[in-house]
Amino acid sequence: MGFDKFGRKSFTGVTKTAKFVDLLAEGKIEGTVCKQCGAKYFPPRSDCAACLSKDMEWFEMPKKGTLETFTIAYYAPFGFEKDCPYTMGVADFSDNLKLFARLAGDIKPEDVKVGMNVSIRPLKYDDGQMSFEITKA
Amino acid sequence: MARNAVILAGGQCKWGVREAHLVDLFQEAAKACLDDVPTLKPKDIDGLIVATSYAGRCSFQVNTAPVIAERCGLKPTSICTRCDTLCAGGSTGIILAMGLVQAGAADIVMVAGGEKLYTPQRWEVFYSELASVDHDWDGVHGMGLPPPFFALTAQEHMMHYGSKKEDFAAVSVANYNYAATNPVAQMQKLLTMEEAMAAPIVVPPLTLYDCCPITDGAAACIITTDEIARKFTDRPLVYLRGTAQVCLNSVSANFPGAHLADWKHTRIAAEKAYKRAKVSASDIKVAQTHDCFTISEVIEVEELGFCKKGEGGAFCSSKQIEIGGKVPVNTDGGLLAVGHPFGATGIRQGVEIMKQLQGRARHQVKDADIGLTHNLSGANAEHTILIYGREPVK
Repeated sequence: MGFDKFGRKSFTGVTKTAKFVDLLAEGKIEGTVCKQCGAKYFPPRSDCAACLSKDMEWFEMPKKGTLETFTIAYYAPFGFEKDCPYTMGVADFSDNLKLFARLAGDIKPEDVKVGMNVSIRPLKYDDGQMSFEITKA
Repeated sequence: MARNAVILAGGQCKWGVREAHLVDLFQEAAKACLDDVPTLKPKDIDGLIVATSYAGRCSFQVNTAPVIAERCGLKPTSICTRCDTLCAGGSTGIILAMGLVQAGAADIVMVAGGEKLYTPQRWEVFYSELASVDHDWDGVHGMGLPPPFFALTAQEHMMHYGSKKEDFAAVSVANYNYAATNPVAQMQKLLTMEEAMAAPIVVPPLTLYDCCPITDGAAACIITTDEIARKFTDRPLVYLRGTAQVCLNSVSANFPGAHLADWKHTRIAAEKAYKRAKVSASDIKVAQTHDCFTISEVIEVEELGFCKKGEGGAFCSSKQIEIGGKVPVNTDGGLLAVGHPFGATGIRQGVEIMKQLQGRARHQVKDADIGLTHNLSGANAEHTILIYGREPVK
């Protein structure tokens, strides 16, 4: 599967981390870890930024995190207008792993609180595009 | 022998919504720059650094520098290139030109920056904004437009430090009022506190005057050595004393501060620039900081060391950023009121500091001898600081 299947809107067709989308299709949200120095990456990187090794493997992201920050988009970039309003946030899974994503649509904006326990799950949009979203723990 | 870099001349075209091509804007800016020191002619200039980020998308023009060189009557023999650092492009160009003239790889460099953002398809700039963040991991979720990000930054500042909406409004009132008499500013109007507080909401807590506009425009300046500058002008020389550009993250999830109102990368840039310039925060008499949003200026005056961390709101609302205050900030109107054509902004700031240090600014700060410019760029991913002075670093 091509990387163009990833995201509400896709901007990249070819990348060395395209396997991320195949894993998403299997229900897994994975980052990469360097087999040489142990550095972990999310978003996944094909090569290590710490030691520049290309010896990397996939690992499944932790499921227990906390919401570090969030914002609500009342208007959006071109191509995202129909989704408004939507909430985006950063979830911290410790171990230097943080992730930016939208919050699931079933979380009411008034219920979103900084510090709340959250998890993540894969998401498939109606048009077949795939992504991941932050959910209530 | 070491060569000292100075900013010799500068100017900008009228900024706003312009019925003009990107290159038209650059040509107007180059003329304004050369008119600033009439003895300087295009034939004297041996280098051109162009700062523009959206030329490729909004003007369908890449390799922009040769196009602009020809239109401005320049025939560079030392350097002719473009740099893209988004909102810090102009400042980046000045840093690069400084290095080239100090090293003797160029003698007289024009740094010109500009953007044409209003196109017949008004949505185009809102699509291009997605290319201003990491589009694969931030843009795909619908992040790209700055207001939601800075609204959140404002909320966090209010939560952690108790700043108020009135503090933000004080920044827009100060900066609009600086620009009211600036003929090349996009927004030339006096703004009252009442108007600022009653403005329509953009993203809570940010309202209309908390946000800089989208702007067409260009600016240009000349970087050369003190010895060469002396041949062209009798004005006081304005030296580049020290600079820094700090980048600690790209994707928004990896923001380096403890929270979004904690700008660790600004502090590191300030420390480094002060050290190189052999000055401290208390030496800065006038500053042009990156007021893309009012909250940005509130945090910048803290992280640059003009007041204590957390006290930026009170610093701004107690008129410390105005003439007669501790550090007058954005004395020509800043991004909020002059506008923000990304690549041009750092040049506009440098030109205002040059005029302040030469005693010929519209809103003159008395006895200004050391000045600072600051930019943030991207999704608060990078910070760029330049320090100018009436004397070279010894």
